[in-house]
Amino acid sequence: MNVIEVKGLKKSYGQVHAVRGVDLSIPAGEIFALLGPNGAGKTTTVEILEGFRSRDAGEISILGFDPQTQGYAARQWRDRIGIVLQSAADAGDLTVIETVKHFSGYYSKPRNIDEVMSAVGLEDKSGALIRNLSGGQRRRLDVALGIIGSPELLFLDEPTTGFDPEARRAFWALIEQLRGTGTTILLTTHYLDEAEALADRVAVINNGLIVEVSTPAELGGRATAQAVVTWRDGSQIKTEATDNPTAVVARLSSHFGGEIPELAVIRPSLEDIYLKMIGGVHE
Amino acid sequence: MNKIPSALNLGIRRGGLEIRQFARQRESVVFTLLFPVILLAIFGSVFKDTIAPGVTFSQYFVAGMIASGLVNTGFQALAITIPMERDVGGLKRLRGTPMPASSYFIGKAILIAVSMIIQIALLFGFGLLFFGIEMPTELSKWLTFTWLVLLGSACSTALGIAFSIVPKSGRGASAVVSPIVIILQFFSGVFFVFTQLPTWMQQLAAIFPLKWLTQGMRSVFLPDSFAAQEVAKSWETGRTFQILVLWLVIGIFFSVRKFKWDRD
Repeated sequence: MNVIEVKGLKKSYGQVHAVRGVDLSIPAGEIFALLGPNGAGKTTTVEILEGFRSRDAGEISILGFDPQTQGYAARQWRDRIGIVLQSAADAGDLTVIETVKHFSGYYSKPRNIDEVMSAVGLEDKSGALIRNLSGGQRRRLDVALGIIGSPELLFLDEPTTGFDPEARRAFWALIEQLRGTGTTILLTTHYLDEAEALADRVAVINNGLIVEVSTPAELGGRATAQAVVTWRDGSQIKTEATDNPTAVVARLSSHFGGEIPELAVIRPSLEDIYLKMIGGVHE
Repeated sequence: MNKIPSALNLGIRRGGLEIRQFARQRESVVFTLLFPVILLAIFGSVFKDTIAPGVTFSQYFVAGMIASGLVNTGFQALAITIPMERDVGGLKRLRGTPMPASSYFIGKAILIAVSMIIQIALLFGFGLLFFGIEMPTELSKWLTFTWLVLLGSACSTALGIAFSIVPKSGRGASAVVSPIVIILQFFSGVFFVFTQLPTWMQQLAAIFPLKWLTQGMRSVFLPDSFAAQEVAKSWETGRTFQILVLWLVIGIFFSVRKFKWDRD
């Protein structure tokens, strides 16, 4: 059974159709990225799956539960999921360790506190007040609170916004570690390199509809798209689009008698493909 | 089925956490806990006369200070701080965990009750030492006092949580909540002798719990002979109990049904 199963999800705010029929199937253990520009319906979709918003139509099963479940069953459900929201700035007067310990008390089978602290790299900050943490450290605390309950499913909303490159790499390593524990992860992000580095599959959402679901390597026909070979010929930069870049390089190599000046073979980046996709479906 | 901790257990843990957070905001701790003492000092120095044989204004005022302390510490503080917690995303984060709303409410109730007990102890201490406040000697008055503080604190907590849905943001909450509390204090006979207020003011005040809390506290701190000077010529203890319970039920109903975890 899939961890996340969504069929025909719809949600409108007055005249605005934020989500117009989204289908998603995410199996256990997958890291799935949802990409889309602001206003595409990304946040609305995720917040409905997290149980924060109601829906107008559609069927949803998250770990076998409807996110609108109330009462004790909802507590059972929330015991099995973790949510890392965009920027929370609460509890500034508590220390890191107090907060992590307190949240661990909410769950039936919390993870070991020391393990979580070192997984997010906050073991040196355990006695620090939260309000004295840097933005990146706060974000790592958010993740610690999201994973403390050993969730089977983790929602990560824009997890590395505002990180410096080093902190992002460290964060990616943390997610890879979670992959090793079999946690299913639904990630939303603005950063395409992040989706490419982490996700098994990505979905692009635009205007409230899923445009495509694919692996990052194959999205938008990227794997089979033409490559562009560029090189210098005398004073000119030459380019050639081709399905067979190796043959082109071999031909050029024999033409130049070995080294090709300023040779580059360029495949379209995920970003190129993505921008083309979200540009192409505007009404 | 996983064995998740009970709502009461989590509520008690939240109470501990709330107290710890409160205790770390030093300025706010000092001001909140000493506020009734400060007011007693000011009013006790201004009004030195007796309002009835053997009843000083300070003695009358202690009753009002404890009653309005309940409203300030519970209703006012929660109706202002909960929207702030909501603004910074703290409530939404909690909503995403298996902790139920009832645990959050129990945690707040514990914080308010503890804060009230400290406030009252300080007020008694300063009142005895500097303002010649007389303590009741009969056990029955102390029993009345105990249920008034517990019920009043619960009622104030529930109404504060319920009213926290009204302010749109934490920034504006104080502007919405504080005037209501101040007007209620004037109407309810906290700062003035209740029977000297215009009748319409008395009648309006009688709808809300503060008037009844204040009157109940007077029954504890003033001699029984003073009861004859109340509007109803009696302390109306039974009616006070009923009205506080009614407001408690209203507060709990709206807290459970309408509580807002998120800004929009």
